[in-house]
Amino acid sequence: MMEISVNAQAIAYLVSAILFILALKGLTHPASARRGNYLAMAGMVIAIVATLMGSEIRSYGFILAGVAVGGVIGTVIAMRIQMTAMPQLVAALHSFVGMAAVLVAIGTFLNKQADGLLNGVLMGELSAGIIIGAITFSGSVIAFGKLQGMISGRPVKFKGQHLLNALLAIATIGFAVHFALTESTVSLAIMTLLAFILGFTLIIPIGGADMPVIVSMLNSYSGWAAAATGFTLQNNLLIIVGALVGFSGAILSLIMCRAMNRSIFNVVFGGFGTAAVEGDGVADAAQKGVKSAAIEDAIYWMEDANKVIIIPGYGMAVAQAQHSMKELMEQLEARGVEVKFAIHPVAGRMPGHMNVLLAEADIPYENVVEMDEINPEFATADVALVVGANDVVNPAAKDDPTSPIYGMPVLDAGKAHHVFVIKRSMRPGYSGVENRLYYQDNCSLVFGDAKDVSEGMVNQLKGSAH
Amino acid sequence: MPETLVALYIFVLSCFIGYWVIWGVTPSLHTPLIALTNAISGIVIVGALLVTGLEGVGTTAEIIGFFAVLLASINVFGGFLVTNRMLAMFNKKKK
Repeated sequence: MMEISVNAQAIAYLVSAILFILALKGLTHPASARRGNYLAMAGMVIAIVATLMGSEIRSYGFILAGVAVGGVIGTVIAMRIQMTAMPQLVAALHSFVGMAAVLVAIGTFLNKQADGLLNGVLMGELSAGIIIGAITFSGSVIAFGKLQGMISGRPVKFKGQHLLNALLAIATIGFAVHFALTESTVSLAIMTLLAFILGFTLIIPIGGADMPVIVSMLNSYSGWAAAATGFTLQNNLLIIVGALVGFSGAILSLIMCRAMNRSIFNVVFGGFGTAAVEGDGVADAAQKGVKSAAIEDAIYWMEDANKVIIIPGYGMAVAQAQHSMKELMEQLEARGVEVKFAIHPVAGRMPGHMNVLLAEADIPYENVVEMDEINPEFATADVALVVGANDVVNPAAKDDPTSPIYGMPVLDAGKAHHVFVIKRSMRPGYSGVENRLYYQDNCSLVFGDAKDVSEGMVNQLKGSAH
Repeated sequence: MPETLVALYIFVLSCFIGYWVIWGVTPSLHTPLIALTNAISGIVIVGALLVTGLEGVGTTAEIIGFFAVLLASINVFGGFLVTNRMLAMFNKKKK
């Protein structure tokens, strides 16, 4: 392969970094987003080609094999994955970045050791790369397990958890320092192992419904892992990209925490939330003085309405009900009803989860409205239809200072003339808090799976065509 | 200025760029943003290439490097393609 000079390579890296920044900038609007993705692809190609053409790389066999195998696996996964499984896929991909960072650091250590180029600063940077990468890896594996339902989504809590984490963290850093000072391979190995364990113990206590924060946080970690690798290799492109990704994830975590009115500290260490037992919905509801309604009742109010606002939540994703939502929207729009979708920032299992599912179902993004914008509209809506969402519509967050979720911004669904909630059971949301909305006079619960109920609604509407 | 300090300058300034660029991202595109940043963090592939392609290294490092290249490639290919798939969904209703 033709060789390029170090300076030419540096210029290519600069171009690549600029392309990545412009790519992220492209995501400010759906119309420019796709171009943004292409810019990032171009940036990646330039970076890889410039690296391969550099004088440092002299053998290509293993590289080609790795890219070929990885490329095929990545392509197949990306083409086959269902949109509802995006959170799992993202968690899995984060774990790969983490592991790659660990491997790069260890490989660099071996290479530099062979060349006698090790020094304290370098070994400190290597340790940082390994620790962050390892935590990203095992944390993401746990997050994947929880999202995939392989591990219970409940917060796993035990006594002395914080103490254990603190001790693990101190020990990890202790071995890192020892490694940097003495070049001890044993310390390196123990440090790596402890960091893997730490990632596991940090994420296991966090409940399924806090996943939007966790996915964002691991996204951030994967960026810091790349940045640490950049420090080790004295590679500015990795540092720039790592910082961009790290900050992106950090900001998303912050946005998610604000949307729950909780501090990041509280999410990471709080282990808040209980999981109640699922009982028989209708019987429980009658006991608690909640009205339940049939599909026909909901349709009666919706078909002659002027405006219906649909509030999707995780239940819609689980039931894969987004396509029947689209049909419901079309049926209602054919009757002159204005239909909008109201999105709470933490609805679902990752930031923007609902938007992607609604986009997949071909629901125009003009009909999909963020919380702050839609809230004033509930008072003029005839029907608010809550599909598998819970805490994000609980009025207690606004007016009950004793409620654990008090202060969390919520959707004002209760202000609509009629509220219908599609729900599988009376189980409370992740916070374990009773939803006061259900006891309001204007609210009725339609029990059933989100997809079954919404398909039932669509069929009912088709049957009663005007 | 020592190289590590230059790297620190670059790192800190990039953090500021990240901060300002990301706040501009529309909330409806937060999932594609995560998928895209995920693909971009596949840039560790550059590090993986440098480990794998060094001539005259012991086979251990080469094999470790091979796995790093493989994992990072899954990220690069998978990340960009899935982002593209998602963004296509957002785009198609621009009638």
